[in-house]
Amino acid sequence: MILAKIHVTLKASVLDPEGTTVTKSLHALGYDEVEDVRIGKYMEVKINTTDRKTAEERVTEMCERLLANTVIEKYSFELTEV
Amino acid sequence: MRFAVIVFPGSNCDIDAVKAIEDVLGEPVEMVWHTAADLSAYDCIILPGGFSYGDYLRSGAIARFSPVMEEVRKAAAEGKLVIGICNGFQILTESHLLPGALRENNHTQFNCEIVPLVVENANTPFTSGYQKGQVIHIPIAHGEGNYYVDEETLAKMKANNQIVFRYHGKNPNGSIENIAGICNEQGNVLGMMPHPERAVHDLLGSSDGGALFTSILTNWREKHGA
Repeated sequence: MILAKIHVTLKASVLDPEGTTVTKSLHALGYDEVEDVRIGKYMEVKINTTDRKTAEERVTEMCERLLANTVIEKYSFELTEV
Repeated sequence: MRFAVIVFPGSNCDIDAVKAIEDVLGEPVEMVWHTAADLSAYDCIILPGGFSYGDYLRSGAIARFSPVMEEVRKAAAEGKLVIGICNGFQILTESHLLPGALRENNHTQFNCEIVPLVVENANTPFTSGYQKGQVIHIPIAHGEGNYYVDEETLAKMKANNQIVFRYHGKNPNGSIENIAGICNEQGNVLGMMPHPERAVHDLLGSSDGGALFTSILTNWREKHGA
């Protein structure tokens, strides 16, 4: 079994209103050193295979088709055996 | 002219769309479940507002893979009229039937009010009943209506007159260049965040959405000699 840990985040050029709001809240709490917050999604996908190459191809396809909207988001993932 | 209003799990403006067609046009309209495998009986397909699949992952991301979307894609390719309103617009961008994407509103709030729009393109089958530059009042109700498209695609869209509606005055969600509604290159697929089906009678606060529906019927009749 392979576990894919996938991060989907907005592209740097895309405004992140949620992140901006959290930045302001952190400032309000006194964390003035906070420069910026970007909020994304973290997903864990368990894949029933032991072949890393296959898993990588399949997870890339999943990200491109459904898990990320590549018009506004980018994705990255790491695979671990579980 | 036969209309289909597609119902996804979580659609909640489907009945509004049906009532608008019945009341404004008096034409046959049916609600069609998202598993339908044949839309050949319909001339115009409406993807209504709501929260398909709970907006899980992203608005419209999961609905895009509903079985009926293959039929919607086919209908669009055949030149039939397809309208996505609010969540329907999000589904159309996720399906790549329309360019760009809808992001969270820039102020992070859900926005529900009647807003003024400028009709930018009155040469589409959806807007010929309006005048170019006309200001109309249509309600919005969305948290993710902040339209985004990259510069290169935007330039192509402008050259091809694909921007159909813009917000007039205040921009309620931060969308690029105040865009409220767009069409595809061929002009037969329209996506818009405002809800014309909720503005078809003065009792609703505005009847300005009615001309969108009458435009559709007028154009269809002209095209089919009906």
